[in-house]
Amino acid sequence: MKSGVMSDDLRRDPRQEWIARNRLHPDHQRVLAELGKGAASAEWLGPQGLMRKNPHRVGFIGPHGLKRIDRSGAQQAATASNARQRGAAADTRQSIDIETPAFLVAVVPDMSGGRLSSQDRDLLGLARQLADADPERPGAVLAVLFGEHKEDTLGEAGIDRLLHLEGDKFAGYAPEARLAALMAVERQWAPGHWLLPDSALGGADLGRRLAARIGERPATGVWQLNVNESADTDNAGSSQGWQCLARGAAGTRDIQRPLPRVVLALAECAEPVSETRHAARPVELSQALPETLGRIRDMGAVAVDPAGVALAEAEFILSAGNGVKDWEGYHRAAEMLQATKGASRVAVDDGFMPRDRQVGATGTWVTARVYVAVGISGAIQHLQGIQSCDKVVAINFDGGCDMVKRADLAVLGDSSQTLAALVALVERYRQQQQESRDAA
Amino acid sequence: MPHDANSQASAREQPHTGEQPSVAVLISMGRHPLTGRARRADQDARAVEMALSLSDAQPSLLHAGHFDHDSEAALRAYLGMGFDALELIEQEPGADVISALSDRLREAAPQLVLTGARAETGEGSGLLPYLLADALGWPIVTSLASIECIEQGEATLLQALPRGQRRRLRVRLPAIVTVDSSAPAARQSAFGPARRGVFERVAHASVQDAAFAEWDVQPARKRPKRLKIVKATSARDRFKAAAAKAEGGGGQVLADVTPEQGAEAIFKLLQEEGVLR
Repeated sequence: MKSGVMSDDLRRDPRQEWIARNRLHPDHQRVLAELGKGAASAEWLGPQGLMRKNPHRVGFIGPHGLKRIDRSGAQQAATASNARQRGAAADTRQSIDIETPAFLVAVVPDMSGGRLSSQDRDLLGLARQLADADPERPGAVLAVLFGEHKEDTLGEAGIDRLLHLEGDKFAGYAPEARLAALMAVERQWAPGHWLLPDSALGGADLGRRLAARIGERPATGVWQLNVNESADTDNAGSSQGWQCLARGAAGTRDIQRPLPRVVLALAECAEPVSETRHAARPVELSQALPETLGRIRDMGAVAVDPAGVALAEAEFILSAGNGVKDWEGYHRAAEMLQATKGASRVAVDDGFMPRDRQVGATGTWVTARVYVAVGISGAIQHLQGIQSCDKVVAINFDGGCDMVKRADLAVLGDSSQTLAALVALVERYRQQQQESRDAA
Repeated sequence: MPHDANSQASAREQPHTGEQPSVAVLISMGRHPLTGRARRADQDARAVEMALSLSDAQPSLLHAGHFDHDSEAALRAYLGMGFDALELIEQEPGADVISALSDRLREAAPQLVLTGARAETGEGSGLLPYLLADALGWPIVTSLASIECIEQGEATLLQALPRGQRRRLRVRLPAIVTVDSSAPAARQSAFGPARRGVFERVAHASVQDAAFAEWDVQPARKRPKRLKIVKATSARDRFKAAAAKAEGGGGQVLADVTPEQGAEAIFKLLQEEGVLR
């Protein structure tokens, strides 16, 4: 019994169990401690072989101060110390490792901001459709990533093989170096399909370069993939059996055509992978990449006036609401951070901000990667407007408001002081950058 | 857009001669998205506008394709932007114009070729500039916002990135560059110059685009909206998904911190996300 009631060998000490059940027994606390867990003893195997539960030990205090018991089992699994149980509750997805794939489907995700975009995930779902079509001949999905990335769950997106190419030559706009790398992949593995997202300046550019170089006529703007019924059955699953539906003529025509080797697909072309986990085994190029003749040089980003960027497509928004008292400090912070300014409805109604800066259901639906909400409590209309934002930062006095619940990072405190401190930090950072640039 | 399979690279680059860079603009017939009438293509018109805005360049227009009543009206709209003439390579309907254009460009050897990112009729895959670049062995740069300057055989370009950002690129000439909707809007077409302009015809054999003729082309149908799929194993989970209000998902809350510590945390996040420039 020393090892606990729920250990793998079902050896039991009835006396210990009896003491553990009897809260009035003088040894009750000691026995519970011996069993190792106060919370876990809320459930035990009774003398008749039934699972018994102690309702005093389960549950949590709900929002209205009442005790609630979650009977779905999720809560017990979270507190139980049985490793077997916890593993099962955490992940029921099947993990798949393809040893010897019959063919490869190469995917070149955009990885904008170092993460898989939703279009990248859809594209990986499309690649899985192609790879898993024939269970006799399973294919593997090879993802080619350039530069640093922040994803640690690439296998869960459906990647079997991962070619991660790092180096300065892929940084910025380097289509020639990237194309050379893709050509090396083509020579080494000759993938059955090349899938790229048809997104501006990402896969759309690189994919067309690749198609022109390898002399394949690509399908662009693909949004649906279906199996061709008219093709004979032994062909189904191979590329002859696939038909694709692609947008053409500036989005006004649908073109139904056989699926070529190079595919540039639109967003939502397929469902992302959610039921399986893949190995994402790292692979290497066998030969070093040849030096490319760089005819296009990237001279770096050009500073644009953040006020001139449309709110709907701004990347970084500093948004102000009712909680802002120091408006001058807010405007100064927006200029220093080079953020686009936004506002909640209250700030606009009170005349502190122009109407075209309003974020939310009545204003603009924004798509910023980083959204900093200063003194915004987060009305549901406002939260709707920031649905598609990646990272939300809240600076607020009230810790219980909805914006703090939504935020990835919430700082509770006085907004004007926090903004002033942030401005000071950014100022110092800019100066350091300037000095290092001058020194170089 | 039509396309050819034999894209052998032939880099026969011309040395830069003279002060005035010669600029060619490839134009195509557009189609109004609502009425379906022939018009100048929006992106190509923006390319013409960009060529005209280069102070010291002498742009020329080049079109390859079938010539009929509709396309004449569309092409004259380009002439109305301030051109006396337009070079026309007449082709049969449904022809692949890659070889015609690449042969003509190799002959004329302009320093810079401007064009729209994609056509508004036909396949409209946006592949033509890439195939031309591959056939001619020239570099290609896409989605231009403006051309800053052309000097010493190099062009300094401003590329439009998503979210209103800009990037400066330097590309060796001769080069092909494409513009899309982020470039400045095209000027109006004037009626008189459009009527007076002439077509200079260049003969070239036309190659049929066989693959495109086999495909099934329909008016675009509305794409189905993606449904929110709830993968729930129990009734309770399904109910929760249907009735759920967005709840806090693992966000970090910093309470009882000094403003400096809070600002430090925000600054770190902004740096990680790379929005501080």
